[in-house]
Amino acid sequence: MRVALFVTCINDMLHPRTGQAVVALLERLGVEVGFPAEQSCCGQPQFNTGYRQAAEPLMRRFDRAFKDYEYVVTPSGSCAAMVRDNYPRIGAKAAAEGRGRGLVDAAAFAVPKMYELTEFLVDVLKVEDVGAYFPHTVTYHPTCHGLRVLGLGDRPRRLLEHVEGLELRELPGAEECCGFGGTFAVKNPAVSAAMGADKVRHILASGAEAVCAVDNSCLLHIGGTLSRRGAPVRPVHIAEILASTGGTAGTARNARTEGSVR
Amino acid sequence: MSSRDMMLARVRQALADVPAGEGPGGEGRDGPPVARGYQRVHGARTRAQTVDLLAEHLADYRAIVHRTDAEGLPGLIGRLLAERGARSVLVPPGLDVSWTAGTDVTLVEDRASSTARELDLVDSVLTGCAVAIAETGTLILDAGPDQGRRRITLVPDHHLCVVRVPEQVVGSVPEALPRVAPDRPLTWISGPSATSDIELDRVEGVHGPRTLEVILLSAAPETDRAGSREHWAGSGEY
Amino acid sequence: MSGTYLGMPAFPRAAATATRDTRLRANLTHATHTIRDKRAKAVAELDDWAQLRAAGAAVKDRTLRRLDHYLEQLEAAVTAAGGQVHWALDADEANRIVTRLVRETGESEVVKVKSMATQEIGLNEALAGAGIRAYETDLAELIVQLGHDLPSHILVPAIHRNRSEIRDIFRREMASWGRPAPEGLGDSPAELAEAARLHLREKFLSAKVGISGANFMVAETGTLVVVESEGNGRMCLTLPETLISVVGIEKVVPSWQDLEIFLQLLPRSSTAERMNPYTSTWTGTTDGDGPQTFHLVLLDNGRTDTLADTVGRQALRCIRCSACLNVCPVYERAGGHAYGSPYPGPIGAILTPQLRGLAGPLEESLPYASSLCGACYEVCPVAIDIPEVLVHLRERVVQGGPVTLGGTRTVLQPAKGHAAERAAMRAVGWAFDHPGALRAGMRLAARTRRLHPRRLPGPGRAWSRTRDVPEVPAESFRDWWQRTRGTSSGRGTSSESGTSSGPGTSSGPGTTSGPDTSSERRGDVK
Repeated sequence: MRVALFVTCINDMLHPRTGQAVVALLERLGVEVGFPAEQSCCGQPQFNTGYRQAAEPLMRRFDRAFKDYEYVVTPSGSCAAMVRDNYPRIGAKAAAEGRGRGLVDAAAFAVPKMYELTEFLVDVLKVEDVGAYFPHTVTYHPTCHGLRVLGLGDRPRRLLEHVEGLELRELPGAEECCGFGGTFAVKNPAVSAAMGADKVRHILASGAEAVCAVDNSCLLHIGGTLSRRGAPVRPVHIAEILASTGGTAGTARNARTEGSVR
Repeated sequence: MSSRDMMLARVRQALADVPAGEGPGGEGRDGPPVARGYQRVHGARTRAQTVDLLAEHLADYRAIVHRTDAEGLPGLIGRLLAERGARSVLVPPGLDVSWTAGTDVTLVEDRASSTARELDLVDSVLTGCAVAIAETGTLILDAGPDQGRRRITLVPDHHLCVVRVPEQVVGSVPEALPRVAPDRPLTWISGPSATSDIELDRVEGVHGPRTLEVILLSAAPETDRAGSREHWAGSGEY
Repeated sequence: MSGTYLGMPAFPRAAATATRDTRLRANLTHATHTIRDKRAKAVAELDDWAQLRAAGAAVKDRTLRRLDHYLEQLEAAVTAAGGQVHWALDADEANRIVTRLVRETGESEVVKVKSMATQEIGLNEALAGAGIRAYETDLAELIVQLGHDLPSHILVPAIHRNRSEIRDIFRREMASWGRPAPEGLGDSPAELAEAARLHLREKFLSAKVGISGANFMVAETGTLVVVESEGNGRMCLTLPETLISVVGIEKVVPSWQDLEIFLQLLPRSSTAERMNPYTSTWTGTTDGDGPQTFHLVLLDNGRTDTLADTVGRQALRCIRCSACLNVCPVYERAGGHAYGSPYPGPIGAILTPQLRGLAGPLEESLPYASSLCGACYEVCPVAIDIPEVLVHLRERVVQGGPVTLGGTRTVLQPAKGHAAERAAMRAVGWAFDHPGALRAGMRLAARTRRLHPRRLPGPGRAWSRTRDVPEVPAESFRDWWQRTRGTSSGRGTSSESGTSSGPGTSSGPGTTSGPDTSSERRGDVK
């Protein structure tokens, strides 16, 4: 099984721990992970803001970077959704504009190998208990693209429910958008902030120590809002929870003594 | 060029991507297929169960439901009008005269010359129906002889509607449409007039009849079961 | 569209004002959550919802692809049944036709059924200009009209008003329109509905002309369908002598049988009922029953332009159920008025810029009035992929491209005011396509990370006014990989990524940097 990590630009620059966690987790499960350095951004920010053509070189780059791999695994619901949902659209539009079928082919290669991390664990590795240990109360925010574009369903929850020591707390209004939405957060800051405030209110109501999701971009927004309010709840990517194992005494101490980071 | 011709020309220009001759009236291939993979009716029921479902769904939307047979009908109608305190009741021209044999309230015929204001002075209206839909709790009136023109079931505040069961009852919307003729003016009624315009709080009764009573009329004499229903219905709604 | 809406501020500004209105927020949250929960239950009753949805979308698509054929068929059927068909290219023409038809009756008052099409063309204002008074008879439309207000929801136009505001409007305004509000009117919905009943009954009983829209028009039979709840529709459709229906050309469906799909999809999606209280269907005129004169005004007003866009075309499937409004997190907080048109919410964000064209700052801002969360697409009973169309329209805004305006094909220029963004997107796109340069930049950011403020100046202020800025970690992922694995792909030494120092193993929730930095990070705690 040739498996590549698509770490995504946000994780590469701002959340390297998440990428490290995916590597640790997959290797613990016996998967050999490659990291083609040619990889870059999936093009989602450009495409979703209306700059479709600016996404095209990145799509070609994606195709080149991962052409030798059977599976591409990413710890980002929205980047996986970008590849699966929008690459075919970009290809079709380019073809309709008379610019050849290169991008159609690139999409056709990319789509079937693209897996969001929890999909890969549950559907390909057929594992729900990844042997993780995370002695904390956690609430799960299903991100919009994970929920509605990828159709992750209860895969992330099933994985979390098998984590030793983890107590999953219900999140009221879980399926509502957190208000990030990429450039939406800066183009419509008032509405985005209002949505974020409501999401944070629900997270606090859950009583959990941590809020987890399959996407660090949403957690960036949620975490930034939590931090500004001085709330003690930490945003944490699901990969980091699933990568955590027993045998280190530091976990609980860290949770207690560290203030709001991020 | 008339606006008509310009609009049609714009439509045709807008559809430049659609292969010439596609679809109805065209020479080419048929348009995108419509997969009618949905169900004709939801769930399997006996005719009696379908009638029960109609009763349940009518009641869900605050219609008051009664059951009787031909023998009990005039008495029931008489009692319901009396309980309501009605002094007059509108009747369509083709209504079975036996239905009103048990009431002494004034029968008002709908005349072409009668105005909406005159109809507004009448307390109740009594009609049959064309077909009733169990899944949605809907009565369809098609302005037939025992239903009258549309306005008579609209202006009075109290509507008594008789449904012959089980023959007038169908399970679903797809089963109902072939049983009514599109060239007749149809009124589909599902419970009394209602609004949710204020804070999404449902209020029954705005402009149409505020009280809808439905009488499920069995051809065969109702047995003990009918008696218990009758008793139950007598207490109001179910 | 209606001049009433001209001069609306662009969406973000109007929405920001709305988010500060706590009463509006509370009214909207209560109403939208109530109806979305009810809708979910009503839809869950049908285990073939997905098939109905697919069939609804397919029938609409099929019809749109031969719209010329079906419109001609409809015209012939309506005419054969005693109706008169008029064609209106735009709002002005539709308003002129309706005004002329009302004048020909000699009347100066009309009663109206709630109709999105007549709101879209600003019919009431046009009639008023011609000395004709139009009475809205839907309860919510009455509230909006009496309150000198604008509708803010497709189904519940006064959704932004709560009961006490409605009571105040009735007390203050009813007398100047007809029968005054009852003495001592309270604010229970039942009392308010009763006041509306009494006020409007006077109008119904004397009206000679009714004006409506329609939910569906059946091409093969010439039948029009109006779906409603209160009975005001039945009043307007049956009591007057003349009925004028103004209907968008996209409302046509081919056959009587097709109604079996839409009469299941619409009520459950819209009012969350198995069936709405009243549905009226009529075909031309019927001797001795209802209006003896019937006019159908077929409205284009941007619809054929929308039809010309192969991606945006799907917006014409819309059956105006408003399910997308009720699940939209942006609508819930921005309110309907921010959308600057009778079509608010997600569907408005794609319909308005297409019907009007990307004509100004408001229309250009609407495609961005979404976080692309996809809740609208999920609930849409005719499967309009609203996020797809939003992104497509964003492209038209910032990049321009081919469009049809007023029936003429043209190439739209990029909107003004996006030059800086365009440059930034190009720069970012270039950087992402040049990983070497990107890496250098990332390393610089990492070295200077202590200098990064948590609140940003300039354009970044939009982010950091309410959210802290993330800290830049000491080392990017790719540098970590290079340092620990030393190869561009394949497996590194397991000791470095294994259990002892691997990521996550010592992390409490929220420790975002490597374990080696945990001590210094404590110093960053605010």
